[in-house]
Amino acid sequence: MRGSRLGDRLLHLYTWLIILWLSSPIAVMILFGFNDKRSKSNTTWQGFTLRWYAELFDIPDLTTALVNSLVIALVSTVITVVIGTMLGLALGRHRFRGKGVTNFFVFAAISTPELVMGASLLSLFVSGNVPRAAGTIVISHVLFSLAFVVVTVRARIVTLDPSLEEAARDLGATAWGTFRQVTLPAIMPGVLAGAMLAFALSIDDYVVTSFVNGSTVTFPLWIVGAVKTGIPAQVNVMGTLIFGIGVLIAIGNAVAARRRT
Amino acid sequence: MKRLTPYLLALPSWMWLAIFLVVPMVAMASVSLQTGNAIDGFAMTFSFSNYGDAIGRYSTQLLRSLLYGGLATVAMLVIGYPVAYWIAFKGGRRKAMYLFLLLLPFFVSFVLRTISWNFLLSDNGILLGTLKGWGLLPAEFHVLATTFAVVGGLTYNFLPFMILPIYVSLERVDPRVVEAAQDLYATRAAAFRRVVLPLSLPGVFAGVLMTFVPATADPINAAILGGTSNTMIGNIIQTEYLTNLDYPTASALSFTLMAVLLVGIFIYARALGTENVLEAAAR
Repeated sequence: MRGSRLGDRLLHLYTWLIILWLSSPIAVMILFGFNDKRSKSNTTWQGFTLRWYAELFDIPDLTTALVNSLVIALVSTVITVVIGTMLGLALGRHRFRGKGVTNFFVFAAISTPELVMGASLLSLFVSGNVPRAAGTIVISHVLFSLAFVVVTVRARIVTLDPSLEEAARDLGATAWGTFRQVTLPAIMPGVLAGAMLAFALSIDDYVVTSFVNGSTVTFPLWIVGAVKTGIPAQVNVMGTLIFGIGVLIAIGNAVAARRRT
Repeated sequence: MKRLTPYLLALPSWMWLAIFLVVPMVAMASVSLQTGNAIDGFAMTFSFSNYGDAIGRYSTQLLRSLLYGGLATVAMLVIGYPVAYWIAFKGGRRKAMYLFLLLLPFFVSFVLRTISWNFLLSDNGILLGTLKGWGLLPAEFHVLATTFAVVGGLTYNFLPFMILPIYVSLERVDPRVVEAAQDLYATRAAAFRRVVLPLSLPGVFAGVLMTFVPATADPINAAILGGTSNTMIGNIIQTEYLTNLDYPTASALSFTLMAVLLVGIFIYARALGTENVLEAAAR
């Protein structure tokens, strides 16, 4: 018995070490956003400064890339959530021909390597002479996040008792009224989770975007392009702000969910 | 109208998946059999030799990608399983907190995380530079641009995708089943090997699937951490498509990569039993 308790302690310590390992690059990113560096490279600590926060938007290309990323993430999230929720509803609530095939393609969309997805989209755009720009980026981001929204919405809808919707209809609600006043509020947590996932996937994507971007540059593409010449500290600051906002939203969401139950 | 509802609901997604997932695959298959160049254009010549040429030219990178992806997957399994085990059985009321901490890296972009490793491991950076300053490491010691750096980067970046599915399957194991095994005089090791491990295999399967495929096809870690001698197939496909504009070679390589991964998954699935695959796929 004592041996097993020691084993548990060691595993506990081990789990914390892994968490530490996973978080260490985040700590480095945040720390070096405060580094008072003089040269182009940002690899040695040279003192504390808030300069990079004040000069956050001083690199026009970088600012444009960040704005591009945010706009693309927003637009593709809205499209993905609307059509993904519709398909999630169809799969979770209805019987129809082609359901099996649809499930297969949803699974295929999740499991296709990003690289193959990007390469095949570029093949299509090259074959069809479609100019690559922000529009083609949105198309590809909707494609790789769609399945995730479908899966989260479907998971939520199958836990919803269908008799609630039947009751609403028996009380004279129209199909649209039932959806808006009963179904949608009930599946909202799933829809929101899907939306956050779609936004996170979009703003983070490098591989697919690198194939279909044309001359439009997004935040991850700009960073990779800057690796050879040295990453400016503003990138660290932007990464830190995105990280902070993301964590706050996630914690807020968890607290709200706990209060609801 | 009511009978049409599911079809109307599914229609936009069907169209999106058909036009932007299925048609591009067909387009890529077609391009992979064409010949020509970016200036004069490409024409369909059904040249299956494109595949032989592309594989022959880049067999090193193809095999290296499978090796690196495989090594990283094994490392993730070995590193991640104990974490998933401890959180599932001993996490108590703090399970959610531990899972949140494991997912923390996902709030930072993949590219930035990998670049942070580049910072951390750079030849005279905060880690190696300090150790060298203390005389603990020889001046020419380096980690970047080695196999270890790339496999380590892949392991780091995809580890949570291995831990989560294993955690989910272990979380479902009723602790009383383990107690029952121990009451029947199984040692802790035997109870783990004969009860817990088999019950967690679907999670292991899902974890391997979710990590091996993206790790093998990933171009970012090799580009940022690997220097010039650790190029993976993802980097080659990117270069052929975007720099050399050799669309047929790039398409042939993409298809080869996908075929190899599919065959790999199939063999792996046969070895583990199809029920596990279906169960993993259904989740």
